[in-house]
Amino acid sequence: MCGICGVVALEAPLDLPFETPERMIGVMRHRGPDEFGAWRDDHAFLGHARLSIIDLVSGQQPLCNEDGRYWITFNGEIFNYPELTAELTGLGHVFRTRSDTEAIVHAYEQWGERCVERFNGQFAFAIWDRRERRLFLARDRFGIRPLFVAEQDGRLLFGSEIKALRAYPGFEPALDATAVAEVFTYWVNVAPATAFEGVAQLPPGHTAIWEANRHGNSAPAPLPPGLSIRCYWQPEFRSAADDHRHVEKAEAEKHRQEIRRLLVDAAVIRLRADVPVGAYLSGGLDSSATAALIHSETDHHLKTFSVGFSDPDFDETEWQYAMAEHIGTEHVTVKVDAQDIAERFADVVWQTETPILRTAPAPLHALSGLARSENFKVVLTGEGADEVFVGYNIFREAKVRSFWSRQPDSLRRPALLTRLYPYLKQSPPEFLRRFYGAGLDAPDDPFFSHRPRWKNTSPLVNFLAPRGVEAAAAGEAAGRLLHWLPSDFDRYGPVARAQFLEMTTFLSGYLLSSQGDRMLMGNSVEGRFPFLDHHLAEYAAQIPASLKLQSLNEKAILKKSVADLLPANILQRPKQPYRAPDSASFAGARGRELVAEHLESDTSLNHDVWNLQRLPALVRKWQAGRMTSVRDNQAFVGLLSGRVLEKDFGPGFEHRLASLRLTPDELNWRGD
Amino acid sequence: MDTREAVRNYIIENFLFGDAEPLRGDDISLLDEGIMDSVGVMELVAFLEQDFGLAVEDDELVPENLDSISNLVGFITRKQAA
Repeated sequence: MCGICGVVALEAPLDLPFETPERMIGVMRHRGPDEFGAWRDDHAFLGHARLSIIDLVSGQQPLCNEDGRYWITFNGEIFNYPELTAELTGLGHVFRTRSDTEAIVHAYEQWGERCVERFNGQFAFAIWDRRERRLFLARDRFGIRPLFVAEQDGRLLFGSEIKALRAYPGFEPALDATAVAEVFTYWVNVAPATAFEGVAQLPPGHTAIWEANRHGNSAPAPLPPGLSIRCYWQPEFRSAADDHRHVEKAEAEKHRQEIRRLLVDAAVIRLRADVPVGAYLSGGLDSSATAALIHSETDHHLKTFSVGFSDPDFDETEWQYAMAEHIGTEHVTVKVDAQDIAERFADVVWQTETPILRTAPAPLHALSGLARSENFKVVLTGEGADEVFVGYNIFREAKVRSFWSRQPDSLRRPALLTRLYPYLKQSPPEFLRRFYGAGLDAPDDPFFSHRPRWKNTSPLVNFLAPRGVEAAAAGEAAGRLLHWLPSDFDRYGPVARAQFLEMTTFLSGYLLSSQGDRMLMGNSVEGRFPFLDHHLAEYAAQIPASLKLQSLNEKAILKKSVADLLPANILQRPKQPYRAPDSASFAGARGRELVAEHLESDTSLNHDVWNLQRLPALVRKWQAGRMTSVRDNQAFVGLLSGRVLEKDFGPGFEHRLASLRLTPDELNWRGD
Repeated sequence: MDTREAVRNYIIENFLFGDAEPLRGDDISLLDEGIMDSVGVMELVAFLEQDFGLAVEDDELVPENLDSISNLVGFITRKQAA
């Protein structure tokens, strides 16, 4: 796992501004503190920060193929690289290292752009073809690894993090009110947008080519118009009819066994590393299942890590220790309280590179710090199971609302919602009907499942300048999301539709980034996610929804597949959403300091982004301790994070960079 | 301050953070316009109980009483008269 970056000039000779490599690589040194490599020719510069995990001795990057035509900088893991290396060697390719990086170069030589279809892994990489003067970029199927691009003066900039692009001298993208409005509605930016103007992400499951006179599918904004992109993978589900058909016992049993087999394969292949591999244990089903599988199917000695909270409302330590004891792992915990969250908050936002509506990433930053302090560079987690096997309430909600929409006047049908959200029992039923009934008259609306969530979040947009409010009203982001839907989306059932939307938005845009890659890599730890193995995810997508969400029992077939490995109380435990205290985290000294600096000092507030009129009342409500609703908390954390981001990527950037920039001795220039 | 003004001020301060613009009339639905969420209703009831000394019964928690400024003013007036 690593950080990558680069600059490509197709036409003119590439004169790099002073200290470009030292700045671009150095600013993301946390992604790969073990070695810093760079390579360049007259048109391209490639940079790399290495976290050594596979082939510790000879896996330095950037590296090239036999004749020096292709140069690569790569972030991630190709788990099936031994098999690929054997196949490519058989086809006549000569390997100089035993790294997965070199397997990618030869695979590209052999199979071209479609090489990615053969990779089982999590990856973002760039290959520069010196002969054709062509840059090839690729990102894994679910977007586990980040990859950002921008165009500046006819040059293409790319990097694992936005801050690497920002470090390119003269490139100063501003926080964009229209992009923040997206986050304040959908919780994420819909790809290819990011929170910054002129910075795009390569969408998950896509490759891209940058070369002169390329006439392909021109990329949608904000991707540079000259970039040609291609989708090689997206989730595919069965039709609604298949979701509802009767499934014989024998067929269900076949699926159960196959899921177990695929999950074992997915976990075992993710243990491949030349350094120790640990695992997170949240106390829930998914991470418990992963750890238990490894324990029962391999002789891997597993060490497990978890985060606990001083506040018992959020704490799951008891379950974590029960599970660790059950499978006999060596288990360590880091306890987090409100003060820790406030202390970390600015550094967390520096890593998320987007406004966040909750503080939940912060404890995960503490957790990766714990793993790293125990000398672990790699951990397995249960991320992805809820999307692949239908775990979240939004899926159950979609099923209930779809059922209700067939009898909109029914009183009993919406009452099922209180089974999903017990706290709603306190909410007046009539108001509940009004809120969750939003869009009930349009069950064929492709966004039916997500309307209540978006509707409830979107008033946050009123904290933004008119540009943001207008962009939200115009619904451009919804149009972009519509563009990503597969052509047969209207044949999907309500649960499959919700799964697709959740995978396309919240999974890649928040869970795998703000709560995933960024919090892990912020402490130089690589996460691996067995439930996002594409063989497993593709299989799960092709079985009837009724096996995954049985009545309202979430992840039913997954539970059956791992039932023999887990204690009954873990298996039957109702799903507890992972949360952390939000606005309440800032009541201490450091929190008050952050609020004073970022929400109360008028002079530095940016009128192009924020609606200044609303801030004082928000702060007053927080000071009075009256922030009870989710929405108020989201507004508070969203505003605070947005303001921190604006400063650290604006006037505060050079200050942040000063201690991170590489010294000339640290940078290792690579030759042919 | 009369009832209508007190209710309006509360909604503007508490749900709209001082920005009166979205409150485009006394009859617009607070829920449909996204001014108040389903949990916000409980904040509103606490306000009625504290600032007007009303006791609000479960069966009174309906949009006809609570979902617009006009409905709220009518509800408060009826309760105070009772």
